[in-house]
Amino acid sequence: MIRAILTVIGKDRVGIIAGVSVELARLNINILDVSQTIMNDYFTMMMMCDIAQAKESINTIQEKMNVKGDELGVKIMIQREDIFTAMHKL
Amino acid sequence: MDTAQIAETIRMIEGENLDIRTITLGLSLLDCADENGARARQKCFDKITNAAKHLVQVGDAIEREFGIPIVNKRISVTPISFLIAAARNDSPVAFAKMLDAAAREVGVNFIGGYSALVQKGYTKGDEQLIESIPEALSETHVVCSSVNVASTRAGINMNAVAHMGRIIRKTALLTQDRHGFGCAKLVVFANAVEDNPFMAGAFHGVGEADAVINVGVSGPGVVQRAIEQCAGAPFDVLAETIKKTAFKVTRMGQLVGKEASERLGIPFGIVDLSLAPTPAIGDSVAHILEAMGLETVGQHGTTAALALLNDAVKKGGVMACGHVGGLSGAFIPVSEDAGMIRAVENGHLSLAKLEAMTAICSVGLDMIAIPGDTDSATIAAIIADEAAIGVINGKTTAVRIIPAIGKKVGERVELGGLLGTAPVMAVDKGSAKTFIARGGRIPAPIHSFRN
Repeated sequence: MIRAILTVIGKDRVGIIAGVSVELARLNINILDVSQTIMNDYFTMMMMCDIAQAKESINTIQEKMNVKGDELGVKIMIQREDIFTAMHKL
Repeated sequence: MDTAQIAETIRMIEGENLDIRTITLGLSLLDCADENGARARQKCFDKITNAAKHLVQVGDAIEREFGIPIVNKRISVTPISFLIAAARNDSPVAFAKMLDAAAREVGVNFIGGYSALVQKGYTKGDEQLIESIPEALSETHVVCSSVNVASTRAGINMNAVAHMGRIIRKTALLTQDRHGFGCAKLVVFANAVEDNPFMAGAFHGVGEADAVINVGVSGPGVVQRAIEQCAGAPFDVLAETIKKTAFKVTRMGQLVGKEASERLGIPFGIVDLSLAPTPAIGDSVAHILEAMGLETVGQHGTTAALALLNDAVKKGGVMACGHVGGLSGAFIPVSEDAGMIRAVENGHLSLAKLEAMTAICSVGLDMIAIPGDTDSATIAAIIADEAAIGVINGKTTAVRIIPAIGKKVGERVELGGLLGTAPVMAVDKGSAKTFIARGGRIPAPIHSFRN
Protein backbone atom coordinates (compact mmCIF):
# COMPACT_ATOMS: atom_id res chain seq x y z
CA MET A 1 0.00 0.00 0.00
CA ILE A 2 1.26 3.50 -0.85
CA ARG A 3 -0.82 6.03 0.97
CA ALA A 4 -1.34 9.50 -0.39
CA ILE A 5 -3.38 12.45 0.82
CA LEU A 6 -5.58 14.25 -1.63
CA THR A 7 -6.71 17.74 -0.68
CA VAL A 8 -9.46 19.67 -2.41
CA ILE A 9 -10.06 23.34 -1.62
CA GLY A 10 -12.35 25.71 -3.47
CA LYS A 11 -15.76 27.34 -3.79
CA ASP A 12 -18.54 24.88 -3.04
CA ARG A 13 -20.69 23.68 -5.95
CA VAL A 14 -22.59 20.63 -7.08
CA GLY A 15 -20.55 17.59 -8.01
CA ILE A 16 -17.13 18.10 -6.45
CA ILE A 17 -17.04 14.81 -4.54
CA ALA A 18 -18.59 12.99 -7.49
CA GLY A 19 -16.12 14.47 -9.95
CA VAL A 20 -13.08 13.70 -7.84
CA SER A 21 -14.22 10.17 -6.94
CA VAL A 22 -14.99 9.24 -10.54
CA GLU A 23 -11.54 10.44 -11.61
CA LEU A 24 -9.90 8.42 -8.82
CA ALA A 25 -11.88 5.32 -9.79
CA ARG A 26 -10.75 5.73 -13.39
CA LEU A 27 -7.15 5.80 -12.20
CA ASN A 28 -7.78 2.72 -10.03
CA ILE A 29 -7.05 4.62 -6.83
CA ASN A 30 -8.82 3.31 -3.74
CA ILE A 31 -10.26 5.80 -1.25
CA LEU A 32 -9.49 4.79 2.35
CA ASP A 33 -10.87 7.70 4.35
CA VAL A 34 -12.68 10.95 3.66
CA SER A 35 -13.12 14.12 5.67
CA GLN A 36 -15.10 17.03 4.30
CA THR A 37 -16.28 20.34 5.65
CA ILE A 38 -17.26 23.84 4.58
CA MET A 39 -15.01 26.51 6.06
CA ASN A 40 -15.98 30.17 5.39
CA ASP A 41 -17.90 29.15 2.28
CA TYR A 42 -14.91 27.13 1.10
CA PHE A 43 -15.30 23.49 0.34
CA THR A 44 -12.43 21.63 2.04
CA MET A 45 -11.99 17.91 1.55
CA MET A 46 -9.21 15.54 2.46
CA MET A 47 -9.06 12.00 1.23
CA MET A 48 -6.65 9.28 2.15
CA CYS A 49 -6.03 7.06 -0.86
CA ASP A 50 -3.99 4.04 -1.78
CA ILE A 51 -2.07 4.67 -5.00
CA ALA A 52 -0.20 1.34 -5.04
CA GLN A 53 -2.48 -0.13 -7.72
CA ALA A 54 -2.91 3.10 -9.68
CA LYS A 55 -2.77 2.81 -13.44
CA GLU A 56 -0.57 5.87 -13.82
CA SER A 57 2.54 7.38 -12.25
CA ILE A 58 2.10 10.00 -9.54
CA ASN A 59 3.09 12.62 -12.12
CA THR A 60 0.26 11.70 -14.43
CA ILE A 61 -2.14 11.38 -11.52
CA GLN A 62 -1.27 14.93 -10.46
CA GLU A 63 -1.74 16.21 -14.00
CA LYS A 64 -5.13 14.54 -14.35
CA MET A 65 -6.28 15.83 -10.98
CA ASN A 66 -5.15 19.33 -11.98
CA VAL A 67 -7.31 19.15 -15.08
CA LYS A 68 -10.21 17.88 -12.99
CA GLY A 69 -9.63 20.68 -10.47
CA ASP A 70 -9.78 23.33 -13.20
CA GLU A 71 -12.99 21.79 -14.48
CA LEU A 72 -14.59 21.89 -11.00
CA GLY A 73 -13.12 25.28 -10.09
CA VAL A 74 -11.19 23.89 -7.10
CA LYS A 75 -7.56 23.29 -6.23
CA ILE A 76 -6.61 19.61 -5.94
CA MET A 77 -3.32 18.42 -4.51
CA ILE A 78 -2.15 14.87 -4.03
CA GLN A 79 0.98 14.03 -2.13
CA ARG A 80 2.53 11.05 -0.36
CA GLU A 81 1.29 10.64 3.21
CA ASP A 82 4.87 10.35 4.53
CA ILE A 83 5.32 14.10 4.57
CA PHE A 84 2.51 14.51 7.12
CA THR A 85 3.54 11.62 9.33
CA ALA A 86 7.18 12.78 9.25
CA MET A 87 6.19 16.25 10.39
CA HIS A 88 3.64 15.39 13.07
CA LYS A 89 4.37 11.92 14.45
CA LEU A 90 7.29 10.96 16.64
CA MET B 1 -6.33 10.92 9.27
CA ASP B 2 -5.76 14.10 11.30
CA THR B 3 -7.10 16.84 9.08
CA ALA B 4 -5.81 19.67 11.28
CA GLN B 5 -2.25 18.37 10.92
CA ILE B 6 -2.63 17.92 7.18
CA ALA B 7 -3.99 21.45 6.89
CA GLU B 8 -1.09 22.80 8.96
CA THR B 9 1.54 21.17 6.75
CA ILE B 10 -0.15 22.41 3.60
CA ARG B 11 -0.43 25.93 5.00
CA MET B 12 3.30 25.94 5.85
CA ILE B 13 4.22 24.95 2.32
CA GLU B 14 1.66 26.96 0.37
CA GLY B 15 1.42 30.07 2.51
CA GLU B 16 4.61 30.35 4.51
CA ASN B 17 7.32 29.37 2.03
CA LEU B 18 8.38 26.19 3.78
CA ASP B 19 10.85 24.50 1.51
CA ILE B 20 13.96 22.40 1.40
CA ARG B 21 16.61 24.93 0.50
CA THR B 22 19.11 22.48 -0.90
CA ILE B 23 20.03 18.88 -1.50
CA THR B 24 23.80 18.95 -1.79
CA LEU B 25 25.85 16.04 -3.03
CA GLY B 26 29.25 16.05 -1.34
CA LEU B 27 31.84 14.30 -3.45
CA SER B 28 35.48 13.47 -2.79
CA LEU B 29 37.86 14.18 -5.64
CA LEU B 30 40.94 12.99 -3.79
CA ASP B 31 41.12 9.88 -6.00
CA CYS B 32 41.23 12.13 -9.07
CA ALA B 33 44.55 13.78 -8.18
CA ASP B 34 47.10 13.45 -10.94
CA GLU B 35 50.39 15.14 -11.74
CA ASN B 36 49.03 15.71 -15.22
CA GLY B 37 46.47 18.50 -14.80
CA ALA B 38 44.45 17.67 -17.89
CA ARG B 39 44.16 14.06 -16.81
CA ALA B 40 43.13 15.09 -13.28
CA ARG B 41 40.42 17.35 -14.70
CA GLN B 42 39.06 14.61 -16.93
CA LYS B 43 38.88 12.24 -13.94
CA CYS B 44 37.11 14.91 -11.86
CA PHE B 45 34.65 15.72 -14.64
CA ASP B 46 33.81 12.06 -15.15
CA LYS B 47 33.40 11.39 -11.43
CA ILE B 48 31.17 14.43 -10.84
CA THR B 49 28.95 13.92 -13.88
CA ASN B 50 28.58 10.24 -13.11
CA ALA B 51 27.81 10.60 -9.39
CA ALA B 52 25.41 13.52 -9.91
CA LYS B 53 23.80 12.17 -13.07
CA HIS B 54 20.39 11.69 -11.40
CA LEU B 55 20.65 14.32 -8.66
CA VAL B 56 18.38 16.94 -10.23
CA GLN B 57 15.92 14.36 -11.53
CA VAL B 58 15.62 12.67 -8.11
CA GLY B 59 15.21 16.05 -6.40
CA ASP B 60 12.42 17.00 -8.79
CA ALA B 61 10.67 13.65 -8.34
CA ILE B 62 10.72 13.93 -4.54
CA GLU B 63 9.41 17.48 -4.80
CA ARG B 64 6.44 16.32 -6.87
CA GLU B 65 5.58 13.19 -4.91
CA PHE B 66 5.77 14.76 -1.47
CA GLY B 67 4.56 18.16 -2.52
CA ILE B 68 7.41 20.07 -0.87
CA PRO B 69 9.54 22.46 -2.95
CA ILE B 70 13.23 21.61 -3.16
CA VAL B 71 14.75 24.89 -4.27
CA ASN B 72 18.32 23.93 -5.11
CA LYS B 73 20.31 20.89 -6.08
CA ARG B 74 24.02 21.43 -5.62
CA ILE B 75 27.40 19.74 -5.47
CA SER B 76 30.31 20.26 -3.11
CA VAL B 77 33.73 18.78 -3.80
CA THR B 78 37.09 18.29 -2.10
CA PRO B 79 39.00 21.57 -1.79
CA ILE B 80 40.52 21.94 -5.23
CA SER B 81 43.83 23.16 -3.74
CA PHE B 82 44.69 19.49 -3.08
CA LEU B 83 44.37 18.69 -6.78
CA ILE B 84 46.29 21.77 -7.80
CA ALA B 85 49.08 20.76 -5.42
CA ALA B 86 49.33 17.40 -7.19
CA ALA B 87 49.15 18.79 -10.73
CA ARG B 88 52.44 20.59 -11.15
CA ASN B 89 52.82 23.75 -13.22
CA ASP B 90 49.24 23.76 -14.28
CA SER B 91 46.61 26.48 -14.54
CA PRO B 92 44.29 26.48 -11.49
CA VAL B 93 41.62 28.33 -13.48
CA ALA B 94 41.30 25.31 -15.77
CA PHE B 95 40.04 23.37 -12.71
CA ALA B 96 37.41 26.04 -12.06
CA LYS B 97 36.27 25.82 -15.68
CA MET B 98 36.07 22.04 -15.41
CA LEU B 99 33.84 22.37 -12.31
CA ASP B 100 31.65 24.87 -14.15
CA ALA B 101 31.27 22.52 -17.10
CA ALA B 102 30.51 19.51 -14.88
CA ALA B 103 27.88 21.45 -12.93
CA ARG B 104 26.19 22.57 -16.14
CA GLU B 105 26.27 19.07 -17.53
CA VAL B 106 24.25 17.70 -14.60
CA GLY B 107 22.07 20.80 -14.21
CA VAL B 108 22.92 21.87 -10.65
CA ASN B 109 22.85 25.60 -9.95
CA PHE B 110 26.05 25.85 -7.90
CA ILE B 111 29.16 23.79 -7.29
CA GLY B 112 31.32 24.57 -4.26
CA GLY B 113 34.85 23.57 -3.42
CA TYR B 114 37.15 25.92 -5.27
CA SER B 115 38.64 26.15 -1.83
CA ALA B 116 41.75 26.12 0.31
CA LEU B 117 42.28 25.53 4.03
CA VAL B 118 45.09 27.79 5.20
CA GLN B 119 44.34 28.48 8.86
CA LYS B 120 47.91 27.61 9.77
CA GLY B 121 49.86 27.94 6.55
CA TYR B 122 49.96 27.65 2.79
CA THR B 123 50.95 24.76 0.59
CA LYS B 124 51.99 25.51 -2.95
CA GLY B 125 48.55 24.38 -4.11
CA ASP B 126 46.82 26.74 -1.67
CA GLU B 127 48.91 29.67 -2.85
CA GLN B 128 48.16 28.97 -6.50
CA LEU B 129 44.47 28.47 -5.89
CA ILE B 130 43.98 31.61 -3.83
CA GLU B 131 45.88 33.75 -6.34
CA SER B 132 43.63 32.40 -9.11
CA ILE B 133 40.30 33.06 -7.34
CA PRO B 134 39.48 36.43 -8.99
CA GLU B 135 40.08 35.08 -12.47
CA ALA B 136 38.35 31.76 -11.70
CA LEU B 137 35.22 33.47 -10.38
CA SER B 138 35.07 35.96 -13.22
CA GLU B 139 35.42 33.29 -15.89
CA THR B 140 32.95 30.77 -14.47
CA HIS B 141 29.27 31.05 -13.62
CA VAL B 142 28.31 28.52 -10.96
CA VAL B 143 31.60 27.80 -9.20
CA CYS B 144 31.80 28.88 -5.55
CA SER B 145 35.00 29.49 -3.67
CA SER B 146 35.90 29.51 0.01
CA VAL B 147 39.06 29.94 2.02
CA ASN B 148 39.44 29.01 5.68
CA VAL B 149 41.87 31.48 7.27
CA ALA B 150 41.45 30.73 10.96
CA SER B 151 40.44 28.08 13.46
CA THR B 152 40.11 27.83 17.22
CA ARG B 153 42.91 25.23 17.22
CA ALA B 154 45.30 27.10 14.92
CA GLY B 155 44.58 30.77 15.54
CA ILE B 156 44.27 33.32 12.77
CA ASN B 157 46.59 33.22 9.78
CA MET B 158 46.97 36.97 9.30
CA ASN B 159 48.99 36.51 6.11
CA ALA B 160 45.98 34.74 4.63
CA VAL B 161 43.65 37.41 6.03
CA ALA B 162 45.68 40.16 4.31
CA HIS B 163 45.82 38.08 1.14
CA MET B 164 42.05 37.60 1.11
CA GLY B 165 41.54 41.35 1.50
CA ARG B 166 43.41 41.82 -1.76
CA ILE B 167 41.68 38.86 -3.44
CA ILE B 168 38.18 40.14 -2.59
CA ARG B 169 39.03 43.57 -3.96
CA LYS B 170 40.50 42.10 -7.12
CA THR B 171 37.46 39.83 -7.60
CA ALA B 172 35.17 42.86 -7.29
CA LEU B 173 37.20 44.73 -9.91
CA LEU B 174 37.27 41.79 -12.32
CA THR B 175 33.51 41.25 -12.04
CA GLN B 176 32.41 44.88 -11.78
CA ASP B 177 30.49 44.60 -15.04
CA ARG B 178 28.30 42.07 -13.15
CA HIS B 179 28.06 44.26 -9.99
CA GLY B 180 30.86 42.35 -8.25
CA PHE B 181 28.99 39.06 -8.66
CA GLY B 182 32.27 37.16 -8.18
CA CYS B 183 32.38 38.28 -4.54
CA ALA B 184 28.93 36.79 -3.92
CA LYS B 185 30.50 33.40 -4.69
CA LEU B 186 33.48 33.86 -2.34
CA VAL B 187 33.47 33.16 1.40
CA VAL B 188 36.29 33.66 3.88
CA PHE B 189 35.85 31.38 6.89
CA ALA B 190 37.04 30.83 10.41
CA ASN B 191 36.32 27.30 11.68
CA ALA B 192 34.85 26.19 8.34
CA VAL B 193 32.77 23.01 8.54
CA GLU B 194 33.33 20.02 6.28
CA ASP B 195 29.69 19.10 5.65
CA ASN B 196 28.01 22.42 4.93
CA PRO B 197 25.35 22.03 2.22
CA PHE B 198 24.83 25.78 1.76
CA MET B 199 26.57 27.90 -0.85
CA ALA B 200 28.76 29.73 -1.37
CA GLY B 201 30.75 28.14 1.44
CA ALA B 202 30.18 24.45 0.75
CA PHE B 203 33.10 22.10 0.23
CA HIS B 204 33.49 18.38 0.85
CA GLY B 205 35.92 17.92 3.72
CA VAL B 206 38.72 15.38 3.66
CA GLY B 207 37.26 13.61 6.71
CA GLU B 208 34.09 12.83 4.76
CA ALA B 209 33.12 9.65 2.92
CA ASP B 210 33.53 9.33 -0.85
CA ALA B 211 30.03 10.63 -1.52
CA VAL B 212 27.32 11.89 0.80
CA ILE B 213 23.95 13.61 0.64
CA ASN B 214 23.49 16.64 2.88
CA VAL B 215 20.30 18.63 3.18
CA GLY B 216 19.68 22.24 4.14
CA VAL B 217 16.21 23.19 5.37
CA SER B 218 14.61 26.58 5.46
CA GLY B 219 11.43 28.18 6.70
CA PRO B 220 11.73 31.70 8.17
CA GLY B 221 8.11 32.34 7.15
CA VAL B 222 6.86 29.39 9.21
CA VAL B 223 8.72 30.55 12.32
CA GLN B 224 7.49 34.13 11.84
CA ARG B 225 3.89 32.99 11.67
CA ALA B 226 4.29 30.79 14.75
CA ILE B 227 5.72 33.73 16.71
CA GLU B 228 2.90 36.02 15.58
CA GLN B 229 0.49 33.53 17.15
CA CYS B 230 1.99 34.14 20.60
CA ALA B 231 1.93 37.93 20.75
CA GLY B 232 2.60 39.28 24.23
CA ALA B 233 3.62 35.89 25.63
CA PRO B 234 6.79 35.65 27.76
CA PHE B 235 10.07 34.51 26.21
CA ASP B 236 9.71 31.01 27.65
CA VAL B 237 6.59 30.50 25.55
CA LEU B 238 8.32 32.04 22.54
CA ALA B 239 11.30 29.69 22.85
CA GLU B 240 9.00 26.69 23.20
CA THR B 241 7.00 27.73 20.12
CA ILE B 242 10.12 28.17 18.00
CA LYS B 243 11.45 24.80 19.14
CA LYS B 244 8.27 23.01 18.08
CA THR B 245 8.23 24.80 14.73
CA ALA B 246 11.91 24.07 14.08
CA PHE B 247 11.22 20.42 14.85
CA LYS B 248 8.52 20.26 12.19
CA VAL B 249 10.61 22.09 9.61
CA THR B 250 13.62 19.88 10.25
CA ARG B 251 11.56 16.70 9.94
CA MET B 252 10.98 17.67 6.32
CA GLY B 253 14.74 17.84 5.82
CA GLN B 254 15.21 14.44 7.40
CA LEU B 255 12.49 12.90 5.22
CA VAL B 256 13.79 14.41 1.99
CA GLY B 257 17.41 13.58 2.80
CA LYS B 258 16.58 9.96 3.62
CA GLU B 259 14.50 9.60 0.46
CA ALA B 260 17.15 11.22 -1.78
CA SER B 261 19.86 9.09 -0.23
CA GLU B 262 17.92 5.86 -0.88
CA ARG B 263 17.05 6.77 -4.45
CA LEU B 264 20.57 7.85 -5.35
CA GLY B 265 22.26 5.02 -3.45
CA ILE B 266 24.46 7.55 -1.67
CA PRO B 267 24.74 7.65 2.15
CA PHE B 268 22.79 10.35 3.99
CA GLY B 269 25.10 12.72 5.83
CA ILE B 270 23.51 15.51 7.81
CA VAL B 271 20.65 17.96 7.98
CA ASP B 272 21.72 21.57 8.32
CA LEU B 273 19.17 23.26 10.57
CA SER B 274 19.49 26.71 9.16
CA LEU B 275 16.84 29.37 8.77
CA ALA B 276 17.82 30.71 5.37
CA PRO B 277 15.98 33.78 4.13
CA THR B 278 15.29 34.68 0.51
CA PRO B 279 14.31 38.03 -0.98
CA ALA B 280 10.71 36.74 -1.28
CA ILE B 281 8.01 38.33 0.87
CA GLY B 282 7.42 36.30 4.04
CA ASP B 283 10.81 34.60 3.91
CA SER B 284 12.83 36.92 6.13
CA VAL B 285 14.82 36.32 9.33
CA ALA B 286 14.64 40.05 10.09
CA HIS B 287 10.86 39.81 10.15
CA ILE B 288 11.06 36.96 12.69
CA LEU B 289 13.02 39.22 15.04
CA GLU B 290 10.51 41.99 14.47
CA ALA B 291 7.64 39.59 15.16
CA MET B 292 9.19 39.11 18.61
CA GLY B 293 8.46 42.76 19.31
CA LEU B 294 11.34 44.77 17.91
CA GLU B 295 10.31 47.81 15.91
CA THR B 296 13.12 47.15 13.49
CA VAL B 297 16.00 44.73 13.18
CA GLY B 298 19.29 46.42 14.09
CA GLN B 299 17.94 48.32 17.11
CA HIS B 300 18.93 47.52 20.70
CA GLY B 301 17.54 44.12 21.63
CA THR B 302 18.29 42.59 18.24
CA THR B 303 21.20 40.49 19.50
CA ALA B 304 19.15 39.04 22.35
CA ALA B 305 16.25 38.23 20.04
CA LEU B 306 18.59 36.51 17.60
CA ALA B 307 20.27 34.54 20.39
CA LEU B 308 16.93 33.14 21.50
CA LEU B 309 15.91 32.33 17.93
CA ASN B 310 19.18 30.64 17.05
CA ASP B 311 19.25 28.50 20.17
CA ALA B 312 15.60 27.47 19.97
CA VAL B 313 15.98 26.48 16.30
CA LYS B 314 18.86 24.18 17.23
CA LYS B 315 17.08 22.65 20.22
CA GLY B 316 13.98 21.90 18.17
CA GLY B 317 15.90 20.65 15.17
CA VAL B 318 18.37 18.37 16.88
CA MET B 319 15.74 15.86 17.93
CA ALA B 320 14.07 15.91 14.55
CA CYS B 321 16.93 14.37 12.61
CA GLY B 322 19.53 11.68 12.80
CA HIS B 323 22.66 13.74 12.36
CA VAL B 324 22.92 17.49 12.53
CA GLY B 325 25.76 19.28 10.83
CA GLY B 326 26.73 22.10 8.57
CA LEU B 327 26.25 25.59 9.90
CA SER B 328 22.90 25.10 11.67
CA GLY B 329 21.54 28.41 12.85
CA ALA B 330 19.87 31.53 11.56
CA PHE B 331 21.45 33.07 8.49
CA ILE B 332 21.57 36.85 8.34
CA PRO B 333 22.58 37.73 4.79
CA VAL B 334 21.66 41.35 4.11
CA SER B 335 20.98 41.32 0.38
CA GLU B 336 18.84 38.17 0.56
CA ASP B 337 16.51 39.38 3.29
CA ALA B 338 13.88 42.06 2.63
CA GLY B 339 13.75 43.05 6.32
CA MET B 340 17.53 43.47 6.59
CA ILE B 341 17.65 45.59 3.44
CA ARG B 342 14.94 47.89 4.77
CA ALA B 343 16.68 48.24 8.15
CA VAL B 344 19.98 49.19 6.49
CA GLU B 345 18.26 51.75 4.27
CA ASN B 346 16.41 53.25 7.22
CA GLY B 347 19.67 53.63 9.12
CA HIS B 348 18.88 51.10 11.85
CA LEU B 349 21.24 48.28 10.89
CA SER B 350 24.99 48.94 10.82
CA LEU B 351 28.01 46.79 10.11
CA ALA B 352 28.90 46.99 13.82
CA LYS B 353 25.52 45.58 14.84
CA LEU B 354 25.76 42.83 12.24
CA GLU B 355 29.15 41.91 13.65
CA ALA B 356 27.65 41.58 17.11
CA MET B 357 24.86 39.43 15.69
CA THR B 358 27.39 37.06 14.12
CA ALA B 359 28.83 36.37 17.57
CA ILE B 360 25.70 34.50 18.56
CA CYS B 361 24.36 33.02 15.34
CA SER B 362 25.57 31.43 12.15
CA VAL B 363 27.33 32.51 10.13
CA GLY B 364 28.92 35.88 9.57
CA LEU B 365 28.94 39.11 7.66
CA ASP B 366 27.03 37.79 4.71
CA MET B 367 26.11 39.39 1.42
CA ILE B 368 27.01 42.91 2.43
CA ALA B 369 27.96 45.57 -0.10
CA ILE B 370 30.61 48.06 1.00
CA PRO B 371 31.78 51.24 -0.77
CA GLY B 372 33.83 50.55 -3.89
CA ASP B 373 36.78 52.63 -2.67
CA THR B 374 37.30 50.49 0.48
CA ASP B 375 40.97 49.45 0.46
CA SER B 376 42.14 45.86 0.80
CA ALA B 377 43.61 46.45 4.28
CA THR B 378 40.19 47.52 5.56
CA ILE B 379 38.58 44.45 3.99
CA ALA B 380 41.27 42.32 5.65
CA ALA B 381 40.58 44.01 8.98
CA ILE B 382 36.87 43.22 8.65
CA ILE B 383 37.83 39.58 8.03
CA ALA B 384 40.21 39.61 11.02
CA ASP B 385 37.50 40.91 13.36
CA GLU B 386 35.06 38.29 12.17
CA ALA B 387 37.66 35.52 12.41
CA ALA B 388 38.47 36.62 15.97
CA ILE B 389 34.81 36.23 16.95
CA GLY B 390 34.78 32.72 15.49
CA VAL B 391 38.11 31.63 16.95
CA ILE B 392 37.45 32.88 20.47
CA ASN B 393 33.88 31.57 20.59
CA GLY B 394 34.68 28.23 18.96
CA LYS B 395 32.12 28.76 16.21
CA THR B 396 32.08 29.17 12.47
CA THR B 397 32.17 32.73 11.20
CA ALA B 398 32.47 33.95 7.67
CA VAL B 399 32.80 37.05 5.55
CA ARG B 400 31.11 37.40 2.20
CA ILE B 401 31.29 41.06 1.24
CA ILE B 402 30.99 42.80 -2.07
CA PRO B 403 33.02 45.96 -2.69
CA ALA B 404 30.60 47.85 -4.96
CA ILE B 405 33.00 49.37 -7.44
CA GLY B 406 32.03 52.97 -8.32
CA LYS B 407 29.28 53.09 -5.68
CA LYS B 408 28.89 54.92 -2.41
CA VAL B 409 26.92 54.46 0.81
CA GLY B 410 23.20 54.73 0.12
CA GLU B 411 23.36 53.26 -3.38
CA ARG B 412 22.25 49.71 -4.18
CA VAL B 413 23.79 46.73 -5.90
CA GLU B 414 21.37 44.52 -7.81
CA LEU B 415 22.68 40.95 -7.75
CA GLY B 416 19.52 39.33 -9.00
CA GLY B 417 17.67 36.13 -8.17
CA LEU B 418 18.24 34.52 -4.77
CA LEU B 419 21.19 36.83 -4.14
CA GLY B 420 18.90 39.85 -4.03
CA THR B 421 19.74 43.53 -3.64
CA ALA B 422 22.52 44.85 -1.44
CA PRO B 423 22.42 48.41 -0.06
CA VAL B 424 25.98 49.78 0.17
CA MET B 425 26.87 49.99 3.87
CA ALA B 426 29.28 52.35 5.58
CA VAL B 427 32.63 51.05 6.81
CA ASP B 428 34.84 52.82 9.34
CA LYS B 429 37.39 55.07 7.66
CA GLY B 430 40.32 54.44 10.06
CA SER B 431 43.30 52.97 8.21
CA ALA B 432 44.14 49.34 8.94
CA LYS B 433 47.26 49.32 6.72
CA THR B 434 49.88 49.22 9.49
CA PHE B 435 47.94 46.64 11.48
CA ILE B 436 47.41 44.29 8.54
CA ALA B 437 50.97 44.74 7.20
CA ARG B 438 52.38 42.96 10.29
CA GLY B 439 51.53 39.55 8.89
CA GLY B 440 52.18 36.34 10.83
CA ARG B 441 49.66 34.54 12.98
CA ILE B 442 47.45 35.48 15.89
CA PRO B 443 47.98 32.53 18.26
CA ALA B 444 45.23 30.10 19.15
CA PRO B 445 43.30 31.09 22.29
CA ILE B 446 44.18 29.46 25.62
CA HIS B 447 40.86 27.58 25.82
CA SER B 448 41.63 25.73 22.59
CA PHE B 449 44.16 23.53 24.42
CA ARG B 450 41.71 21.01 25.70
CA ASN B 451 43.74 17.82 25.53
